[in-house]
Amino acid sequence: MVPFPKCYKQSSKPSKFCPGCGYGLMFKMLGQVIDELGIQEKTVLGLDIGCSLLAWDYFDFPTTHTHHGRTTATMVGFKLADPSKVVLALMGDGGGYAIGLQNLLHAAIRNNPLTALVLNNTCYAMTGGQLAPTTLEGEITSTTPKGRDLTITGQPFLGPELIRSVAPLNAYVARGSVSQPAILKKYLRTALEKQINDKVFSLVEILSLCPVNWKTDAKGSFDFNLKMQKIFPCKEL
Amino acid sequence: MGNEVAAQAALAAGAEVMFGYPITPTTEVLSTWISLATQHQKKYLQTEDEGAAGFGVVGACLAGKKAFTSTAGPGNVLMQDPLSMAEALRVPFVGLIGQRGGPSTGTVIYSQQETTLTAFGGNGEGYRIVYSPSNLQEIYDLTILAFNNAWLYRFPTFVLFDGYLGKMKGEVNLHNPGILINAKPILEGNVNLRNCFNLEEEIYDLNVRHKKAWQEASSQVSKFEHRPGQTKTLVFAHGIVAAAAKAAGVSLFRSITLWPFPVQDARIVAKKYEKIAIIESSYGQFGRIVKEALFGLELEVQEIYKPALGFTPEEIKEIVK
Ligand SMILES: Cc1ncc(C[n+]2csc(CCOP(=O)(O)OP(=O)(O)O)c2C)c(N)n1
Ligand code: SF4
Ligand SMILES: [Mg+2]
Repeated sequence: MVPFPKCYKQSSKPSKFCPGCGYGLMFKMLGQVIDELGIQEKTVLGLDIGCSLLAWDYFDFPTTHTHHGRTTATMVGFKLADPSKVVLALMGDGGGYAIGLQNLLHAAIRNNPLTALVLNNTCYAMTGGQLAPTTLEGEITSTTPKGRDLTITGQPFLGPELIRSVAPLNAYVARGSVSQPAILKKYLRTALEKQINDKVFSLVEILSLCPVNWKTDAKGSFDFNLKMQKIFPCKEL
Repeated sequence: MGNEVAAQAALAAGAEVMFGYPITPTTEVLSTWISLATQHQKKYLQTEDEGAAGFGVVGACLAGKKAFTSTAGPGNVLMQDPLSMAEALRVPFVGLIGQRGGPSTGTVIYSQQETTLTAFGGNGEGYRIVYSPSNLQEIYDLTILAFNNAWLYRFPTFVLFDGYLGKMKGEVNLHNPGILINAKPILEGNVNLRNCFNLEEEIYDLNVRHKKAWQEASSQVSKFEHRPGQTKTLVFAHGIVAAAAKAAGVSLFRSITLWPFPVQDARIVAKKYEKIAIIESSYGQFGRIVKEALFGLELEVQEIYKPALGFTPEEIKEIVK
């Protein structure tokens, strides 16, 4: 068995995420990358309001809650003030692509040297599963009780594709999935290396699992994740 | 110009980085800082809006650097989002505000209508230090004091003037700032900061701690000037309205900190008079603070409110003759 990453805060485990949640799978890959790069001492993590906030004491390095959608803007300030730190801004798809899109876009346009991690679970999970920009066609949420109707709410939102179109060429943009952890880990590692070595913006979208709001069992969650991958292609952009 | 003085004061106070979004009447704080930053190896970021500017200030303060922003009116409204985070985490946020006539986009010269917004604009209890300078020299002196007290007491701190003072030109002594309070990292080591809690008791405890710290800071921070004048009526005013009252030679209690308000001092001074006149460029935003502070004293109270209009010394003389 692969042990827990060293940068985990042992005292806060077991974590506060629901059983079967994709956040933990992503954190495991992220934690391994931080260990392997030996950057625990200089990593700082900003957490959005959304299920990411449950990770407020997940790691043994400095972390802070921000406001819903405002993690990128806060961490842009942190990084400008202390460029020696490896700065991560973690948010949900609502935080990144709805309320906080303006901040994410402009950080990408300016090539601010931080790593934005946007976890895509096709809904506003923390508030009980409402329509997000990423909700799939026909997906039932508490605000799309008959399923998402694209004629009313538009297409599922392709965040990395949009960011790619505005960010400078040397910025790094990728989409991975917790169902392919080794590939996801490679993307996370590249994103952090780009921040550290090239001092450029990096974004990784992570296709996740949210069994509570999707009302899926273990197999159903991974099937849903596969369906997501057809709409949201996993690759470096 | 007042705005240039404010930027010079930030430099003298040891500020390292400014985040801002252009808005009249404070745009020159940003443009002046950018010129100064180039000469003095300081940093700046013109952000996508005032929310981002405010959150940038919060992030930079968490990293341990003296950071600030400057805004006005509608920008001050947007800045309330980061400010409520700054209140929760006791971030030494410094804001230099040039009030505009409101509501909405309004006007850009005279106004004292951002008193309530600046002091109490969040979803918390309003533990914010708000200075109101009356002249250009005070913009300089109070901005330096604002940075010092923000980092000493760790409450968001503001210098609240208006378009008139921000654009006014005159001589200012850009003196050596004296002893400066050092900034240090807040988010470091094994610190995990929260502003979202599971239990009512947790946020209640936080409120109790903040209130205690605020009460301790209040007695040190609150500041006023009492000028006995030629009138039996005591004028309560602040900012450039107080400057006009001073020029009029009337008896004056000038609040230098609008918040925390110097309650005990105001009561002691007011007891020497039978009547007070509250004069301000808003419908009683400062008046509410004064009346609450003087509650229970036997005083006749005259209230002269002109939102988004200025006062001349002659007018004030006429009001309290
Ligand atoms: C300004 C503001 N608006 C609304 C909310 C309520 N809220 C909390 S979390 C959330 C949605 C979270 O969805 P997402 O960003 O996708 O994160 P997830 O929980 O799915 O990981 C909302 C709307 C809030 N906290 N702040
Ligand atoms: S609601 Fe969904 S995203 Fe949130 S912790 Fe539970 S499973 Fe994870
Ligand atoms: Mg989500």
